Order: sequence, then C-alpha cells, then structure tokens
Amino acid sequence: MTVSLIFIPILLVILLNIPRLSGKTAYYVALAFFAYQLIAIFIPTFGSVQLAEVVNKLFRLNVYADGISKIMLISAAIVAFTALMTSKSFVKHDSRLFSLSNLMLLAVAGINGIVFARDIFTVYVFIEVIAAASYIMIVLDKTESSLEGGFKYFIISSIATVMMLFSVALFFLVAGGTGFEEISAAVHNFGGNTIILLAIMLFVSGLLIKGGLIPFHAWLPGAYSSAPAGVSIFLGGIVTKTTGTFALIRFFYSVVGFNDNIKMVLLIVGSVSVVAGAVAAITQKDFKKVLAYSSISQVGYIVMAIGAGTAFGIAAAVFHIFNHAIFKSLLFLNAAAVEKQTGRLDVDSFGGLGAKMPVTSATTAIAFLSAAGFPPLSGFWSKLFIIIALWSANYKGFALVAILAGILTMAYFLNLQKKVFFGEVSPNVENVKEAPLSFTVPAVVLCAITILAGIGFYYIIKTLIFPAVGII
Amino acid sequence: MAIHILLLSLIIICAAFAVVRTRVIRAAIMLAAISIFVTIVLFVLNMPLAAIFELSVCAGLITVIFISVISLTNPLTVEERFEERDNMFKKFLLLPVLIIICAASFYMLTKGINFIPILDVSEAAEISDKAAMWHLKQIDLIGQIIIILTGVFGVVVLFKDNKDDKK
Repeated sequence: MTVSLIFIPILLVILLNIPRLSGKTAYYVALAFFAYQLIAIFIPTFGSVQLAEVVNKLFRLNVYADGISKIMLISAAIVAFTALMTSKSFVKHDSRLFSLSNLMLLAVAGINGIVFARDIFTVYVFIEVIAAASYIMIVLDKTESSLEGGFKYFIISSIATVMMLFSVALFFLVAGGTGFEEISAAVHNFGGNTIILLAIMLFVSGLLIKGGLIPFHAWLPGAYSSAPAGVSIFLGGIVTKTTGTFALIRFFYSVVGFNDNIKMVLLIVGSVSVVAGAVAAITQKDFKKVLAYSSISQVGYIVMAIGAGTAFGIAAAVFHIFNHAIFKSLLFLNAAAVEKQTGRLDVDSFGGLGAKMPVTSATTAIAFLSAAGFPPLSGFWSKLFIIIALWSANYKGFALVAILAGILTMAYFLNLQKKVFFGEVSPNVENVKEAPLSFTVPAVVLCAITILAGIGFYYIIKTLIFPAVGII
Repeated sequence: MAIHILLLSLIIICAAFAVVRTRVIRAAIMLAAISIFVTIVLFVLNMPLAAIFELSVCAGLITVIFISVISLTNPLTVEERFEERDNMFKKFLLLPVLIIICAASFYMLTKGINFIPILDVSEAAEISDKAAMWHLKQIDLIGQIIIILTGVFGVVVLFKDNKDDKK
C-alpha cells in the first residue's frame, strides 16, 4: 500500500501529460485515484500488490505505515476528492481543470510521502512538495488577491523551509544521520546538548509556521480566503494538518519525545491559537476568512492535545485532525456553494439564505455544531478527549481554556449562521436557488461522516486510533 | 576557515543582490553565482559529487529554466526600471542593517555551541556519495522528482500565454 500510494499519482501525472490528455480525463483520473486511495486503506492488497513488487525490485524505500498514517490517508483521500469535485464547477477552462487535477495528484503524493516517512529529511522534502503544489494552486486564478495570498504563503513558507533545513543539518551533525531511529537515539543519549535543542527549536518553529499557528499565522487567512474554492477546501481540510500537526505528532511522539519545556511551549502556542483564532473569527466579515481563523483556533486544539504529552493526548489530537478535516472541508464546500449561487462572500450582505438553500444551510449548521463541540457529533468527542487528556495530564488550567474557548467557537459560528442563513430573506438573495448536486451531494456525504463518526466514535477510537498510539 | 568565511560572505552578498535587483534576469544571474560559490564550498568540504550536481543542476539547468521563463515575460520599460530602482533604495534601505542584526544575533546565540559532532560519525562519512544518493536516500530522490514535476507545472501554468484567458 505504502509504495503504490506514492508511485501511482506520479505515474498518473506522467501518463496524463505524455501525450497531454484533456482536462476532463485528468479530472476523472484524479478522482478515481483518490477513491482508490480510500479503498486501498481498508483493502491493502487492492490492485497494488503487483506494482509494489515491481517497485520493491527497483527501489529500496525506507517507508512504513501505522494506524495514524491510515487516519491521515483516509482524511487526505476524502478531502482531495471533495476539493477536486468542487473545483470543477468553478473552473471554466479545460486547461485549468487539467492543471488543477495534476497539481492535486502531486500534492496528495506529497501528503502520502510525509505520512509514510521514516526520516526527517524525507519529511522535509515532501513538505516542500506540498508547499510547491499548494502555492501554484492558490495563484491559479491569477487574480490580484490570489497572487498576494500566494506570495505571502510562498515567502513565509520559505522561512519555515530554511529553519527546517538548518535543523536537519544540525541533526545530521549530532546524530550522524537523519533517520527517526538515529535522531531518537541521539536525543535520548545527549538530550541536553545545545545543538540538539537548537535543532528541535528550529524544526518545531518551521512546523508551527506550516501549521499556521499564532504567532506564525500571517500567511493563512489571505491564502485560504483568496484561493480558488476547491483549493481552499484542500488547504483548510488537509494541507495544514499534514504539514503542521501530523508532522508535529511524528516528530515528538516517534522521534524526540516530550519533556516539561516542550509540553509547555506546545500548550501555550496551542491555547493562544485557540483563543486568538476564535476572537479574530468573530470580527471577520468574509465567510472564508471566518473559516480561516476558525482553522487556526481548531489547529490550536490539536496542538494543545499534543502538548499534553500522553498517548491519550496524541489519540485525541489524531481524532480531532480527522474530524476537523471533515467538518472544515464541509464548511469550505458550503462557502463555495454560497459563492457560486450568490457571487459574494460578505456575510453582512446575506440573510435568510436558509430558505433558498436548505441543504447547504442544514449541513453548515451541523458542521458548525460539530466544530463547536456539540454532542453527539464527532467534534464533541474529539474535544472531550482533548479536555480529558489535558485534565488527566494535570494541565487543568489549559483544560479550562479549551472548555471556555468552545463558547467563543459557538459565538462566531452562531453569528455566521444567523447572518447568512437565518432571518428574513435579503433582497440580494431573492432569486438564489439551491446549489447544484455537485455541491449538495458531497456536502451531505461529509455531513453524514460527521454524524456517523460521532455516533460510532467508539469504533473509530478502538479500531484505528488507540492501537496506533499503543493504548490497548 | 578563512576561505569558508569568505565564500559564505560572497553567498550572502549575492543573495542580497538577487533580492534587490529590479531586473529579474540579473537576479537569476545572481542566483547562478550563489550556486557557483556553493559548488566551491562543497569542493572545499570534499564532496565532489554534490558539488558537480550543484554546478550542473542549480547553476546550469535551473538558470536556463529561469531565463526561459523570464523570456516569456514583458520586460520593464526604461522609465519603469528607473522608477523601480529609486523605489528599491527606499524599500531595501534597512536590509544591510537587518542582515547585520540577524548575523550578530545568530553569533550571540550560537557562540557557546560547540559544533563538533558528539557521535563518531566517521562511519557515516565513509559511506560514499553514490551510496548515500542511490541506496539510502531513494525516497528523497523521488520526493525531489515530484518537486521538479510540480515546478515544471508551475512554470507552464503561471507563465505561459494562456489562450483561454484571452477569450
């Protein structure tokens, strides 16, 4: 499974370009691969055995997959499928659809590469794959705002790149290699060494920039809100989760381990992001910017869970990564549906849209409730686990911050829902109709996943997440 | 040691010029110059294979790609260039100060650090460049191939004269 999920997208991109096929073909091929990825996780031998045999004869790849990898692969497949499907409604030209499909295949190859990595340099290389593909996707429309958002992302991302590369060099210096085992051994033998501390500090700072956490978030709102609709789903749903939080989990849980200082840094960065992201979201007037700041806040929860430094905390973080990928994709999808049907995203110009777009309104409300931690939706369980993890690790103050920030989350989402969907029908939206099936069908599917993951949380936790972090 | 400091200083100077130049073609040449100095650093550090790759790929191939892309863009007029040059001095007035502050801060933060490997890395050093590249780092090579593919896509998508856009 591991090998095929990196190689197949590369092969597909080559086959789609030599000879160059149509945008529609590229679109369906990319969708088929994302569906294949989802199936291959549950049936690892599904069509990949022969390819894996050939690849293993030709290459010696240092890759592996565990339970956390599976959660990330499932999230990536669902988010990429939804993002590309949504993009089709906005892309007018065949060549643009062709480019977007290829870039999304390359980005997913990058995500899969990070997920399977056993080496810190490999993590760095594949983070750059995602960064390069994301940058091009953000600026694809070549509008002034998208170019500005993309430029900010590119420049700030480059700073993270330099930090991480320098950190990799320092790890190489002290550990004699960049594999997880070598670095882990060096950290455990010489943990107090200044070079190791400097390397950890630089790598974590790089990951926090990639994850868009406060105070490293300057690129995120502009990039999310100015990117084409489908790309916003992809960025908000999976990119920052993989390059930021998943890489943090791998780095701390599988490589360097935790100590009190590391935990405190993560808890402070996480709690500041949770609160400041939520406060900033309340003041925003643009639908997508509310969702962008909300992402900062939700990623803050994940980092707080990692900061608990326990296996249960990691399990809670992984579960919230999955849930956030689903409900944030649903929210960006519905923002795209609103933009498509009304041509605007300024929340003050709407009102009563729920009567015109009932499916979009209902699925948005469910996603909001899940994000705010309303039982029995999936977001409730992952937030509850985060709070329990913090409480049981004796970080009761941070657990209280997590609980109180839930009220802020509820405040900005209720405000948004009320302004956009509730109340009297605004003259601006009088002639608006429900979004086409290409929006409503994925919205209903994502909504169903949010509800089912909430009702069946015990199954997901027991069969996928707890075994992945060693909790029996 | 002196040669290292000299080469690294030249790299920083070229990098600063690459950022502040108003004509992108000159910025691309500065980037090629950086690669040449990095090549010399790698030769001095006894890493000939990496040096050759740096010289051929970064200084050669990448510069060719840069120049081909630049040839697809509209050059600035003489007036625009003078205007940009005037703005450049204002925009980057503080750049030397910033570089000096960053360098001083880095020196102060790291002066107590002994950058000598703790472990005996002689075994790692014995692994040849060829073995490191083709046996130990195959997955990284694949990652870099994907970056190149993505970069090619970026160049094609962002810089080609899109007929669809004009319609």
